Amino acid sequence: MLATSPAFKENARRALADTGLQKALARSGPSFVARRTAAVAALPEFEQLREIGREIKNHTLANLDFYLEAYEARVLAAGGKVHWCADAEEARATVLRICQEAGARTVTKGKSMISEELGINEYLERNGIEPFETDLGEYILQLRHEAPSHIIAPAFHLNREDWEASFRKSHTELPAERVFHERRDILTEARARLRARFLAADVGITGANFLIAETGSSVIVTNEGNGDLTQTLPRVHIALASIEKVVPTLEDATSLLRLLARSATGQDFSVYTTFSTGGRRPGDLDGPEEYHVVLVDNGRSAMIGTEFQEMLRCIRCAACMNHCPVYGAVGGHAYGWVYPGPMGSVLTPSLIGVDKAGNLPNASTFCGKCESVCPVKIPLPGMMRHWREREFERHLMPSTMRRNIGLWAWFARRPSAYRLATRAAASLLGLMGRRRGRFASLPMAGGWTGGRDLPAPEGETFFARYARAQRERRL
Amino acid sequence: MSKEQILGAIRRGLRRGPLPADQAALLAGRLRTHPRQLIPARSRIARPAQIDLFIANVEKEFGTVARLPNLDAVPEAVAEYLAQQNLPPVFAMAPHPELRSIPWSERPLLQIREGRAETSDTVALQHGFAGIAETGTLMLPSAPERPTTLNLLAETALVLLRASRVVGPYEEAWDLLRAERGAGDMPRNVMLVTGVSRSADIEQTLELGAHGPRRLHVLLVEDDPDAR
Repeated sequence: MLATSPAFKENARRALADTGLQKALARSGPSFVARRTAAVAALPEFEQLREIGREIKNHTLANLDFYLEAYEARVLAAGGKVHWCADAEEARATVLRICQEAGARTVTKGKSMISEELGINEYLERNGIEPFETDLGEYILQLRHEAPSHIIAPAFHLNREDWEASFRKSHTELPAERVFHERRDILTEARARLRARFLAADVGITGANFLIAETGSSVIVTNEGNGDLTQTLPRVHIALASIEKVVPTLEDATSLLRLLARSATGQDFSVYTTFSTGGRRPGDLDGPEEYHVVLVDNGRSAMIGTEFQEMLRCIRCAACMNHCPVYGAVGGHAYGWVYPGPMGSVLTPSLIGVDKAGNLPNASTFCGKCESVCPVKIPLPGMMRHWREREFERHLMPSTMRRNIGLWAWFARRPSAYRLATRAAASLLGLMGRRRGRFASLPMAGGWTGGRDLPAPEGETFFARYARAQRERRL
Repeated sequence: MSKEQILGAIRRGLRRGPLPADQAALLAGRLRTHPRQLIPARSRIARPAQIDLFIANVEKEFGTVARLPNLDAVPEAVAEYLAQQNLPPVFAMAPHPELRSIPWSERPLLQIREGRAETSDTVALQHGFAGIAETGTLMLPSAPERPTTLNLLAETALVLLRASRVVGPYEEAWDLLRAERGAGDMPRNVMLVTGVSRSADIEQTLELGAHGPRRLHVLLVEDDPDAR
C-alpha cells in the first residue's frame, strides 16, 4: 500500500472539510466508547486482566524465538505448513505460489490488516487471481476501491447512503428500482451475493489474532462468520500472521480474548472465536485439505530490543483510536497508511520509516487516553515522544519548526529572560484583547486560530500572579 | 533461509543466542502445564446458578434455549420450534451417536439428512461439546461426527447440549477437550460460538444475521441432577 503519511497535514485538512466523514465520525465515535465502558464496568477483574495481558505478551516477546519454533513444530505435527517470510515481497510471492499450486482462479478473504500491509489483493489481481473480500466492511471498500479507515470497522467513514449507492452501482444484475428499507436489506443483499463466492473459491485467506505455540493453532475472531466460511469451504486455507501474534498456551490466549472483544466492540466475547489446526483429518466431512501459515516479519524483529518493542504487545483492538481526539476529528485515512490512530502513529514509523511517517507521532494532543484504555498497557504517548526525538535528531522537521523550538529552548534555559519575554507578551496581548477577551486571528498563528479563538491573557503572567498571591497571603 | 534470518534478528534484538537448554526446558514445561491465569469470579457459582448464567448469556446474545428433561423430549421440541419459526420440518444433522440415539421416529414428519451442511440447508442440528457459562459460549470442535459446516451454513442453527457439559470459564472447557483427546492434540477446528451472526459495519449499528446463522437455538438436556 502506497503511503500518503507524509501528507498528513493536507490529508487532515481535507478530512476536516469532508462533511460525509464528519457525519460518520460524530455518529460512531461515541458509541464505541460507551460500549467499551459498559463492558469493562461489568467485569470487576478487567484491570487485573490488563496487567496479565501485558505480562503474557512481555514474556512471549522475551522468548519469541523459542515460541515461534515451538509453534512451527506443532503446526507441522498437525499436518500444516509454515512459510517464514522476511518481508512483504516474500510473503506476497509465497501466497501467490500456494494459490497457483492449488490452481486457484478465485480466492475469498477474511478481514486481515496484515493482508492490507502486504498488499495481497493488488498482487493477486496482477497475477490473474481474483480476490474477494467477505467481511461486509471490507467488501464495500473493495467495490469502492478504498482502503479501510479503521482496523476493526473498515467502513467506519461511510454512511448508509454510500452503501446503497455502491450496491446499486456494482450489483447490476439486481433490479435498479429496488428499495433498501432498512440497513438489514443491505446486509441481506451482501450475504446472498457473497454466498456464491464462498462456494466457488479455491483458496480462503484469513489473518490471525493469535497463534498458539502449545497446539499449533491460528485463531480468528469475527462477528459475521465470514472468516469461518472463508477458512472452512475452500480446498486450501492460508492464514497470514505476523510473528508477534504467537502466545504460549490456550490459557494465555483465553486471557487475552477476555480483553480483546471488550476493548474492541464492547462485547463480552465475539460471536465466532475459532481455532484452526492443520488440514482435514481422516473421516472429516468438511474443512480445507491444505493448511498453510504465512508467517511474516516485515519489520517486527527490528523493533525488538528498541524503545518500540512494547508496541509488539498490540492485539489490534482499536480502543486507542476509538478514544483518540485526533482520530475522532480526522478519521483513519488521514494517517495515510494501514494503521491509523495512536497505535498507527507508533507502528507506522517503525514499519515504513520515520522519514515518511514522522508527522504521525506529532498528531497527538498527548492526552494519554490511548494508554489508559490499552488492554495490554502499551505506553503509546511515551513512544510517540521517542519518535519525535528521533525525528528531531535526524533533522526531519521543517526548518521553521526547528528554529522556533531552538528559540524556545534558548529562553527556557534562561529563566529571567523567559519571564521578561512572557511578561511583555502577556501584557501586550492583554492590552490588545481587553475589549473582546479573545483573538480570532493573530500574526504568525494563523494555523492555530484558523480553527478556534485564542483567549486573551489577562495581562499578568502565571509567575507574577503566583508571586502576588503569596505576598497577599503573608499580609 | 528466511527462518534463520528472522530468528537471528530476534536474537540480536534480545542480545542473546538461542535459549540455553535449561531455560528452554522451563518454557517447554510452561507449555506442557499450561498454567491458568486469573479467572473471573462471575462463573464460580453453584451448579444451578451456573446453568442459569449460561442460559442468560445465550439469550443476551440473541440466542434461545429450551430446557428438556431428557433426549426423548428432543423430537417434539425440535418440531415445535421449527413450526413456531414457520420453518419446514427438514434439517441436516451431525452424524453423532448421541443424536442418532434420539427417538426421531416419534415425529415422522421430521425429515433428517445426516452429514455436513450444504448451502441449500435452512436448518442444521449440531452436537454441542461444551457450554461455557461465563459468556454463554458453545464449544464446537470438529470431528467426523461433528462437521464444522453445520455451525455456519444454515440460517437456523440448533445445538444439542447436555447440561452436565456446561462449565464455568473457558479454561474448564479446554480441559474437557484435553481430557478427551490427550494434551496438545487439537481438533482441526474448534469454534467458540457466542450468539448469532451479526455485523455492525453499516454505520456501526448492530444488524443480526450476517454470513452465519440468524437464529441459534440450544436444546439443553437436563442430565445433571446437581444442576436442577
